[in-house]
Amino acid sequence: MSIRIYVPRDSSALALGAEPVAKAIAQEAQARGLDVTILRNGTRGMVWLEPLVEVETPLGRVGYGPVTTRDVVGLFDAGFLQGADHALHQGIVDEIDWMRAQQRITFARTGVIDPLSIADYRAHGGFDALVKALTMPSTQIVDEVSASGLRGRGGAGFPTGIKWCTAAQVQAEQKYIVCNADEGDSGTFADRMLMEGDPFALIEGMIIAGLAIGATKGFIYIRSEYPHACHVIERALRLAQRAGYLGERIMGSAQSFSIEMRMGAGAYICGEETSLLESLEGKRGQVRAKPPLPAIAGLFGKPTIINNVLTLATVPWIITHGAAAYAHLGSGRSRGTQPFQIAGNVKRGGLMELPFGVSLREIIETYGSGTASGRPLRAVQVGGPLGAYFPAHLLETPLDYESMSAAGGLLGHGGIVLFDDSVDLARQARFAMEFCAIESCGKCTPCRIGSTRGVELIDKISANQEREGNVTVLKDLCETMTEASLCALGGLTPLPVMSALTHFPEDFAPPATAGLAAQ
Amino acid sequence: MNMSMSMAEESFDRARAGELIAAKAGLDGALLPILHDLQKAFDHVPDAALPLIAEALNLSLADVRGVVSFYHDFKREPSGRHVLKICRAESCQAMGVEALVTHLAKAHQLTLGDTSKDGALTIEAVYCLGHCACSPAALFDNEPIGRLSPAMLDELVLQAGETSA
Repeated sequence: MSIRIYVPRDSSALALGAEPVAKAIAQEAQARGLDVTILRNGTRGMVWLEPLVEVETPLGRVGYGPVTTRDVVGLFDAGFLQGADHALHQGIVDEIDWMRAQQRITFARTGVIDPLSIADYRAHGGFDALVKALTMPSTQIVDEVSASGLRGRGGAGFPTGIKWCTAAQVQAEQKYIVCNADEGDSGTFADRMLMEGDPFALIEGMIIAGLAIGATKGFIYIRSEYPHACHVIERALRLAQRAGYLGERIMGSAQSFSIEMRMGAGAYICGEETSLLESLEGKRGQVRAKPPLPAIAGLFGKPTIINNVLTLATVPWIITHGAAAYAHLGSGRSRGTQPFQIAGNVKRGGLMELPFGVSLREIIETYGSGTASGRPLRAVQVGGPLGAYFPAHLLETPLDYESMSAAGGLLGHGGIVLFDDSVDLARQARFAMEFCAIESCGKCTPCRIGSTRGVELIDKISANQEREGNVTVLKDLCETMTEASLCALGGLTPLPVMSALTHFPEDFAPPATAGLAAQ
Repeated sequence: MNMSMSMAEESFDRARAGELIAAKAGLDGALLPILHDLQKAFDHVPDAALPLIAEALNLSLADVRGVVSFYHDFKREPSGRHVLKICRAESCQAMGVEALVTHLAKAHQLTLGDTSKDGALTIEAVYCLGHCACSPAALFDNEPIGRLSPAMLDELVLQAGETSA
């Protein structure tokens, strides 16, 4: 019987050489006359082990990683097809410490299945929720999602059930489901991994959302920086259409739903929901004033649910297993699980899905295992470019929406970026303002002009020009941006700036006057 | 720069542009898909195509220009034969991307946003490619690269100079 070997095609695995490894394994097997089937899965999230090659054995899937083409002959010689020992042998993949303690709900199938096999998807519980949802009254679907406590995973954490309920109650001839796959925050890659590793979960979630609010059309807006995710989603959409899960009379029911993929064009701001809608309409990605809420007047003025990839991909699990099973996990008002991502200067980078409430320290120490450089950890940015920089003494903060906010930061999309002691926080603060200036859509003044003035102020402070006065002006500017910006870009850029200034004042001061900037 | 613009104008294939525009004009929110197709076909969005788009979508020329200029992906002139996009966002900063940028300037006289003199390689800055767990990251002709090092950069520059797209 053919032995099954898994070599990930996730683009981070490709970035680390998975493609030549897959080819080398195929060639070596052929040269030795061995019967193997090479399957291309997503990633388990252990990017530090990629390319992680898995072999199916009677005991389970045995992992070897990180594998290079130079290791392939040795792996065959050692008997890796039987799960034998080797320097790269990691044991049964599900039992690796990184995997064991996780609670994989959204990412249950990612890295396990062939992302473009509907049969594999169904064998792992895929489309069970759609079958169930097709028999449920639409209000009951909305009620389940509400009762699960699911909140928007894009970063804002808005209760998904409320959004859906609002859109469901509006009467309209046309409604839309839009998936926000414009994952632009540095340190986050969960959306990408899910789209590349389990695309049908997203598609299924969108169809169910359509049933819930009476929408027949969906769009997935993916950033152009993710060419591989775009490719996988396009192929998955075609397969789902051909198999009758999309289009007219889905799965033989009376319901219809179709999905189109659209590619962004390199504008960070289009991750903001109203700007994304403008972009989908073929316009400049400029933020809209709210109200009206998109749930009432969204895409082309029609009621629109716009949700993040992970939010939508979690819905099928909730429908299958029930709201209570999901709500049972988590802490406080943050229910369920969050796929956290650890990145930057980290020894073991990757993704792990855990219930809310785990501490920053636990993720950094247990999963990350410290810095890649081996130097002391100095700062941690959580939640992307609009998230705060945390110093060592705040690492006990639990990772949930409310605790992070109380600590002066935000959870965002769950990305955690580590910096060692070579980091200059004044430079990071300047970058936050500079990034805001580059990516501002220009619609509101605090963001458009404030960001450029912010760069200038930080330069003056770093050059020790009228330090105290300029620190006061910077704080005042940040307050204005926070209070008066139209969206989160201008509104949250002050978070990394002010957290850097508050927790790392010494970086803003010239050596002779260290400490003054904190005044 | 002006020379490449005028060369681009001369070689503009109006019929091809027209076909691409017509193929997508019926979509809801057709402008971005059309611009992507033009960018792909011509390696930039030719100025001469803008009036054709405006007419097909019943938009003003100013509307079309405004959209083209808003998005970083739509270029006004062709790039080099190869494109290296280097991520300059926080995670890659934490792993020393700025040292790589300095290396490119010193060892190869290449700066972000520029094309090499022989037209072989364009270097662009991007902000996040989703490979933050193996920073610093880059895309070379849309293929991902993780843990980018100065030695790997040297090899890419060499490779770009030796091969056509």
